[in-house]
Amino acid sequence: MGAVAWSVFQRDVRIALRHRSDVLTLFVFFVIVVSLFPLGVGPEPQILREIAPGVVWVAALLACMLALNRLFAADFADGTLEQLALVPQPLPVLVLGKVAAHWVTTGLPLVAIAPVLGIQFDLTAEAIGVLVVTLLLGTPTLSLIGAVGAALTLGVRGGGGLLALLVLPLYIPVLIFGAGAVSAAAQGVPLSGHLSLLGATLAGALALVPWAVATSIRISLE
Amino acid sequence: MLEAKQLQCVRGARRLFDGVNFTVKRGEAVRVTGINGAGKTSLLRLLCGLARPESGEILFDGTPISADVDQFHGKLLYLGHGNALKDDLTAVENLRFLLTSHDIHPAPSDIRAALENLGLARIADLPVKVLSQGQKRRTALAQLEFCKSRPLWLLDEPFTALDVHAVSALAATMGDHVSKGSLLLYTTHQDVELPGVQVRTLSLNG
Repeated sequence: MGAVAWSVFQRDVRIALRHRSDVLTLFVFFVIVVSLFPLGVGPEPQILREIAPGVVWVAALLACMLALNRLFAADFADGTLEQLALVPQPLPVLVLGKVAAHWVTTGLPLVAIAPVLGIQFDLTAEAIGVLVVTLLLGTPTLSLIGAVGAALTLGVRGGGGLLALLVLPLYIPVLIFGAGAVSAAAQGVPLSGHLSLLGATLAGALALVPWAVATSIRISLE
Repeated sequence: MLEAKQLQCVRGARRLFDGVNFTVKRGEAVRVTGINGAGKTSLLRLLCGLARPESGEILFDGTPISADVDQFHGKLLYLGHGNALKDDLTAVENLRFLLTSHDIHPAPSDIRAALENLGLARIADLPVKVLSQGQKRRTALAQLEFCKSRPLWLLDEPFTALDVHAVSALAATMGDHVSKGSLLLYTTHQDVELPGVQVRTLSLNG
């Protein structure tokens, strides 16, 4: 059953690697947005340390959202999605393959560069570690929740703006717990609660999202 | 055997067709005809389960196709308007992916051989975006070679963009598949005879 999902994953990653500019654009967008804040707010280290978790998280959220419209739109336009819907296997599993590929090519690069951005904001080593962990737990959730929005807006005119309106409010819990955990780490307060909640949202999204996405895809195809 | 009973299809506020009844037995080919917008594509999409009829029933071998969709899809090959090819992948990579998703795992050399038979040997390793419309269509049609175990083929405008040689080669493949006891429904605006097969016509006009 996983074989087809795996080949969907491989195919999407391969396409992303051939289209490196898309991945790079997103990556650079993330770095620039985060770097704008020290320029705008001023070089006060204390302030920068305080706003760092929120800034990095908001930028990650926006970057993830920007990449969403390419998750299903191309497959929808060229008929690939039709073929995937006709695969004699559960569509939710294939959806999981697609979302995983999307995360590897959008979320994972952001996680990788986050420590450098943390240094830019003078975060402590411990806070940077927590930042990476929260991003690792949180960005897959962003990709999953975003996939629902992307599937719902398939074939809708002006779907991009609508997608942002649909998805951004749903990102709020991830933002709160993600940024909250890093702030807690920076202040030396226990943060296991934040991390547990981030993990719980990821688990919940993993369990529910593939079915929601599969249903929306079938509706869009009809 | 594929049976359609009192099919009705509505797109938005418009009724495309109503009361469509037909039976296709093994070893039969049916060409769906109709003017543009008559609902030919919609009918094929109903038959493969991508869309649901407003009313009516579709049975394959006596069971409604919605009863066990995955099992039905395992017997079906549908080629739609879109070629389902990704521009950034090569013809070979595209075919390997599409066939894997149909649970068919040919050796890479077999895929190359199939492309060569269709006169596509030179472009097998080029990204699909540089191919012509006809070459893309032929690449998508190369799947047929590997899907002969699927007893039901639904082909939407398979002859579009093909040159004369490709059309007759495709007609031969389709005729061969039907004469081995499979079912075929296709739409086309071209008068192409399938060798060795009597083709019935199903008209959606009025």
